[in-house]
Amino acid sequence: MKISVLVNEGPYQHQASDSAYLFCAAALAKGHEVQRVFFYNDGVNNATKYTEPPQDDRNIVARWTKMAEDHKVDMVVCVAAGLRRGLKEEVLAPGFRISGLGQLIDAGIKSERLVVFGD
Amino acid sequence: MAAKKFMLVNRKAPYGTVYALESLEVVLITAAFEQDVSVVFVDDGVYQLKKGMQTKAIATKNFSPTYRALEDYDIDKLYVEAESMAARGLSADDLVAPVQVVDSATLAGLMEQQDVVLSF
Repeated sequence: MKISVLVNEGPYQHQASDSAYLFCAAALAKGHEVQRVFFYNDGVNNATKYTEPPQDDRNIVARWTKMAEDHKVDMVVCVAAGLRRGLKEEVLAPGFRISGLGQLIDAGIKSERLVVFGD
Repeated sequence: MAAKKFMLVNRKAPYGTVYALESLEVVLITAAFEQDVSVVFVDDGVYQLKKGMQTKAIATKNFSPTYRALEDYDIDKLYVEAESMAARGLSADDLVAPVQVVDSATLAGLMEQQDVVLSF
């Protein structure tokens, strides 16, 4: 099945980002296609390359980057939500790209399921 | 390709968090993509439509006028959950835009018909 995901909460502050990642990993493991993960609201903070958690904690940003690279998942950060929060090209971690909200609607149109993770 | 049915579900109060404002941006973009858009207000989300918002003292933009303008974007399917309104002492007269007041069972039926449900 073709699946896309919307992430509306930032990393570490909220479970939503972890749940979204684990959901995507489980879907990929089952042979489904994760077409796009769209980051909106504080979810845009999942894409900052300067994220450095303590060594005994999971690295949420690096985890998304690896998923993008290993499974060709399109990781898109909303430009308007990003600009509000200081998220620009120069702070973007590998595997992410910045684009418009239209990419969320496009995911809703092209995927068979669009799954929302938020508060 | 035929338009898909998108439903935006607003669950939070208009101010205090950014969810209502950023949901409204998704509503407008969905309409710009010429999709079939419904907008739902439940729980504290019903306050998003409350008349008479004064936001100057919290230095925040008042975006109530945008709800009134939704009709201009051909977004005319606005649903407010009756139970949420009753629990908060609100009636349709308290709201800035014409809406359909529906009970939760009816709303569940509408959700069932959607292709995409986005909740904020």
